[in-house]
Amino acid sequence: MTALLELEDVEARYGPVHVLHGISLAVEEGSVVAVLGPNGAGKTTTLRAVSGTVRRSGTIRFAGRPLRRVGPDGVARLGVAHVPEGRGTFSELTVLENLRLGAYTRRGSIQPELERVFSYFPWLTERRRQQAGTLSGGEQQMLALARAFVHRPRLLLLDEPSLGLAPVLVAELFRIVRELNEKEGLTVLVVEQNAQLALQAADAGYVLEAGRVVLSGSSAELRADDSVRRSYLGY
Amino acid sequence: MKKQIPALVSLLVVAAVLCVLPFVLSDYNVSLAAQVGIFFVAVLGLNILTGYTGQISIGHGAFMAIGGYTTAVMSRDHHTNLVVTMLMAFAICFVVGLIVGLPALRFSGVYLALVTFALAVSIPNIPNQYSTFLGGVGGVTSSEEVSNLWIYVAAWSCSALLFLVAWLILRGRVGRAFRAIRDSEIAAVASGVELPVYKTLAFGISAAYAGVAGSLFVLATNGFAQPSEFGVFLSLQLLIGAAIAGLGSLWGVLAGAAFVGLLPQVSTSVPVIGAEHGRDVIFGAAVILVMLLLPDGFAGLVARLRRLARA
Amino acid sequence: MERAETSPIAGLRARGGAIDGGSAAVVLLLIGAAIFLLVGCLRSTAFAQYTVQGLALGSVYGALALALVLIYRATHVINFAQGELAMLTTYIAWWLMEKGLSYWAAFAATLVIAFVLGTLLEVTLIRPVQHSVIAVVIVTVGLFILIDGIVNWVWGGDFKFMQSPFGNASFDVGGVAIRHQDVGMVIVVFASVVLVWALFRFTKLGLGMRAAALRPAAAALVGVRVDSMLAIGWGLAAVLGAVAGLMAEPSQIFLSPTLMQPILVYAFAAAVLGGLESPAGALVGGLLIGVSLTLIVGYVPQKYIGAELQLPLAFAVLLLILLVKPSGLFGRREVRRV
Repeated sequence: MTALLELEDVEARYGPVHVLHGISLAVEEGSVVAVLGPNGAGKTTTLRAVSGTVRRSGTIRFAGRPLRRVGPDGVARLGVAHVPEGRGTFSELTVLENLRLGAYTRRGSIQPELERVFSYFPWLTERRRQQAGTLSGGEQQMLALARAFVHRPRLLLLDEPSLGLAPVLVAELFRIVRELNEKEGLTVLVVEQNAQLALQAADAGYVLEAGRVVLSGSSAELRADDSVRRSYLGY
Repeated sequence: MKKQIPALVSLLVVAAVLCVLPFVLSDYNVSLAAQVGIFFVAVLGLNILTGYTGQISIGHGAFMAIGGYTTAVMSRDHHTNLVVTMLMAFAICFVVGLIVGLPALRFSGVYLALVTFALAVSIPNIPNQYSTFLGGVGGVTSSEEVSNLWIYVAAWSCSALLFLVAWLILRGRVGRAFRAIRDSEIAAVASGVELPVYKTLAFGISAAYAGVAGSLFVLATNGFAQPSEFGVFLSLQLLIGAAIAGLGSLWGVLAGAAFVGLLPQVSTSVPVIGAEHGRDVIFGAAVILVMLLLPDGFAGLVARLRRLARA
Repeated sequence: MERAETSPIAGLRARGGAIDGGSAAVVLLLIGAAIFLLVGCLRSTAFAQYTVQGLALGSVYGALALALVLIYRATHVINFAQGELAMLTTYIAWWLMEKGLSYWAAFAATLVIAFVLGTLLEVTLIRPVQHSVIAVVIVTVGLFILIDGIVNWVWGGDFKFMQSPFGNASFDVGGVAIRHQDVGMVIVVFASVVLVWALFRFTKLGLGMRAAALRPAAAALVGVRVDSMLAIGWGLAAVLGAVAGLMAEPSQIFLSPTLMQPILVYAFAAAVLGGLESPAGALVGGLLIGVSLTLIVGYVPQKYIGAELQLPLAFAVLLLILLVKPSGLFGRREVRRV
């Protein structure tokens, strides 16, 4: 069975600086996969390589088809939703407009999606006409997630969702991610500094260091691994 | 020293060609070559402002106007030696440039372009207001007239001299500060470069150069300083010349000056389109084409060629 | 005059934020100006006539200013050729009418042509150099010169007569003669602006365009083709410019290549007055400048301030605003992009 997303020997660079030195990973459809590692390991860059936001070489296959020279808007049209670091919400637009943008690539009415979204994030309903910028950091992160969901993607790329959020909100966020995965069959590739949370929510994981994959396996395996425990789980 | 040799050689070649030209060209063509020299001075100055400190000015025609009027008025009223008037133009425009440069600090990029555009359109109207002193629409005429050859020699001597001055300035501390600003304003500030001082200074220098060019310009048009000579088109020519030059190469400034000095003249004699419209159509199209092909100007082309040669 | 009161508020509401002290002061100022105008109109027929004329002219300035703002918001570039482009499309309309089309048929056709022209220009000339501010400025400047040359070449520099769709009659409103023309100009501009506004506010395309202008990278991630949005933006700006040109013509009686040059200047001033990022501001700015200039020229004796001084006056306003409040009446404080 081919995975939904496959990376083979992917290299990426920002100008002259090479960040990824040959990453290979696979994400099975319907699973949640975590990407862990220290700062600067290239986790965010890996996601950017998938969404076409950074110059890359190597092979990336989505649903069996190789992504060649597809820019971010093309990748979005193929069914990949990327929630970047910093959320990528439009603070000057309203909450509802942000959600509508999530469905930009879809045709037809998005009412059912909106209703689903409001059921997962009920507090968004009253805030729909508010400017997104007036929401708190945590709420904006939820909004970003909601918007990704409206997209009805096959693959969700989540970049550091816990950054700057209170622990309670982070837990809630991962709970919703897990729920979306189980109920809606959403495949998720999540980059996360908080290895503990990530491994709890994920089925499998990859550990990156200095632009290379150093460890991979199911989340249970990773949680049991000594080096992971020492470096990332703190015990 | 080895690195300097190609640069020295190109300088000598240019100098040699310039010395020979008056003997081989007709009088009309000498006046054209003089025009290029005049634009060389102005574009050199503006290039410092645009290329090094990144400030866009569509108003340097106004400084040329000030310089030109200085020469015309001083010559008409006080029969001042023409070269002295040019020195005066340099000094006066330097000061005015500093004065304009100060508030210009508050604007960046496009806003500055708008403000200087406003300057370019308003300053030529001032002589219309104060017609007794500044001659109104009819303009001011200097008391002396000079030959095309005189202008040619004066223009290119000034070019050589001011090129040397620019080279000296850019070698020293000021040049280092300018280059730092060009590379990254933030980094420059972080390393202690006082942006306001250097940005204003760049304005002053570029204005002074434009002033001298303005003096020469007036002398080249029979000593006539008229508001209509210093319209917006002139400022546009200067900016275009500086953009085509790109940054930092003698050849670039030469190319830019030649482009804006010669093309409008040459394109008036194109068949089909006819004299009055030829200038605008061809010049406009040429400007667009050059920018599309060489967005970094001539200097960008030179840099690319150098890289190819090294590889 | 009512518009002067509702636009800034609509503009504020659209931004959705709280009304801060600065904006409140501006709104009060505008309300004060509106009251002043109203009182003046009631007390003097000349004043009323000047005001209406000023509003008509101001709506044209505002339309062109809006075109400038549209492009600036998306690309942070001022299109120096916007006026000349508008002039070109006006000539095209004239030519279509000479070929036999009725005014409004030519008007509609011209708008379509303007849109196509605008998008073509963006794709062929601006996109290749969009990374360099100086290069884009120079290209638009070159375009300015080129279009001027082409129009002169194809149609000549002499005056052409273009029929006004509104006729020469006037309404009689309480003793004040208000020309049909002035009312027509305002209505046409207003209608066009409302249509464009509706496009941005209510359609998916408009949302995509707004997103592309606000945050191109984030917009791309949701699937917006940012490049195409820019091209469409230029097309719309050209359409607004065409409207400005067509409405400017009746007020100038004769069509000539220099039609839009002073108007571009007023449009710059209006756009800056409103704050380069604010569409509502551009319109209000245009109206303010139109009314102020008409009143000043109307009342101040010729020898102090003649009609030719309108241009330098507009510049003085431009300079003043940029020195005192660079972000204009409605702009937010300019944040230097780091």
